[in-house]
Amino acid sequence: MSLRAGVRAFPTLLRVGFAEAVAYRAELLIWVLTSTMPLIMLALWSTVAAEAPVGRYGETEFTAYFLAAFVVRQLSASWTCWEINFEVRMGRLSMRLLRPVHPMFAYAAESIAALPLRLAISIPVALWALASVGPDQFPHDLSRWLIFIVAIAGAWALTFLINIAVGALSLFMESSVKVMDVYLAAYFVFSGYVVPVDLFPPWLRAVTDALPFRYQLAFPVEVLCGNYEIGGALQLLLRQWLFVLGLGLVTALVWRRGIARFEAYGG
Amino acid sequence: MITVRSLRKHYRVHQRPPGLLASARSLFRRDTTLVKAVDDISFSIEPGERVGFLGPNGAGKTTTLKLLAGLLHPTSGEVRVAGHVPRQRDDTFLKNIMLVMGQKQQLLWDLPPSDTFELNRAIYDVPTNLYRERVDGLVELLKIGDVIRKPTRQLSLGERMKCELVASLIHGPKFLFLDEPTIGLDVSMQTVVRDFIRSHNEKTGATLLLTSHYMDDVAALCPRVIVINHGKLTFDGKLEALVQQVRPDKRVVLRFHQPVDARDLAKFGDVVEHNADLAVLRVTQEGLSHVVSGALATLPVRDLTVENAPLEEVMSEMFSRHAATDTDRHDNADIGTDKNTERAS
Repeated sequence: MSLRAGVRAFPTLLRVGFAEAVAYRAELLIWVLTSTMPLIMLALWSTVAAEAPVGRYGETEFTAYFLAAFVVRQLSASWTCWEINFEVRMGRLSMRLLRPVHPMFAYAAESIAALPLRLAISIPVALWALASVGPDQFPHDLSRWLIFIVAIAGAWALTFLINIAVGALSLFMESSVKVMDVYLAAYFVFSGYVVPVDLFPPWLRAVTDALPFRYQLAFPVEVLCGNYEIGGALQLLLRQWLFVLGLGLVTALVWRRGIARFEAYGG
Repeated sequence: MITVRSLRKHYRVHQRPPGLLASARSLFRRDTTLVKAVDDISFSIEPGERVGFLGPNGAGKTTTLKLLAGLLHPTSGEVRVAGHVPRQRDDTFLKNIMLVMGQKQQLLWDLPPSDTFELNRAIYDVPTNLYRERVDGLVELLKIGDVIRKPTRQLSLGERMKCELVASLIHGPKFLFLDEPTIGLDVSMQTVVRDFIRSHNEKTGATLLLTSHYMDDVAALCPRVIVINHGKLTFDGKLEALVQQVRPDKRVVLRFHQPVDARDLAKFGDVVEHNADLAVLRVTQEGLSHVVSGALATLPVRDLTVENAPLEEVMSEMFSRHAATDTDRHDNADIGTDKNTERAS
């Protein structure tokens, strides 16, 4: 299936994906409510920081970090793993495979198409962050914002590819949802979702640097909070995109092998 | 052209008896059975042909269609559709085929069918003018103009199937694989769908492969049938030849001016049905002319027709013969060494 066909059909896939996201708006809202962990952690860590700063994080820094984490999580989310599992079990993946556009394009379009609705939820939180901590906590120069945008794209790509790779495991086993649960448990620890990564002890920080989780969340958040000089941010950005590339290759391999085993149940 | 040579598709299926103990046991030892869904079948289909796949449930009909559509990878053997290897699913192949499954849908559930049509236009890169022409024509033919803007979930089964057909034909596939396209539809809707499929084939010359449990679908649409049973091809030829082979006897349908005694009918052949003004006799081909002339001469006949045995009966007899053959084969085999059952960890 050619890349050209996918690119050509992408705007329509996005438009239809957006129409579906609007149709499932209540479900989307409930999902957003389940991803409010950063707001809970904000309350917790702010209370702790009220006594004394934790590392370099005072109340203001925690507020900026966790509100940024909430926004980044909204913008980089994907639920494709659950969708693939459902479609493999019910045989509905057949319909995607019959079309001359790679299913990954369709899944990507559906994920990106929900972005406007998630932005509608994220923007008020971003404005709340701005009002709470003031503009000084966030970058003032264009280059950092550009790095942030590319980092957000990388975070989404990593999350999406992991969803596809784990989802494709359902072609080898009866369900891979529990594998995703294990992945998410690790994600909550290593991505900076509940504790900023720079508060980890050095040895754990070293482990985190070698794993993809922090590039899914903490890295864009830290760029937004101005934790890095430009050089350091670019270095991490390169590392993030190397993860995207590596994971892309692994995902393509798992998908290809998995599809050969597809049993197209039902019908 | 479609060519299939020595095609096999075998699955390993996990099996366990019911109950807690069996569940616990399956944690450590999983018994699997090798299912030969398609087992060494060969056939070829010329462009524009309408071919019906017949067989009982689990015979391998749908599996064969899925292999032809590239959804399943064969265990062994060769499949080619217009020169393409289906499992490679290249763009040209996918743009030339469509698999319509009566029990699976491509329509987006919460959006109107018109959104699925538009999506398919973009995916199959159909020029806008051609798309508009095709959709308008199909919508008019199937009379679904007021349906395509309602959410799919609010449509009736018949309306959904009509919209499925439109969505499937937007790109003008040259090979149409139809798996139970009339399942669940009422009789009048079955006729509409059947007529539509035939007219599409006649108009476009698309090759059509159909599976259906409704014999009327096959009788109305498919001059040629392929019978599959237990994954094996057991017949490939004209529908009439199948009927002749399995049930060569004829049905003589007599309509009377006045009631006729059953004893007067029995001397002409087996009485299949009898009431005050109608009788159906089963007679051999050799005895047909004798029965027809005798009935016309001695009975108060108002109308007489000669028919083949109904296709349902033909198929039922064919499959019961196969089942009997299989039972004999198993009885003669060394019971207790099921070669298909193996244990896997």
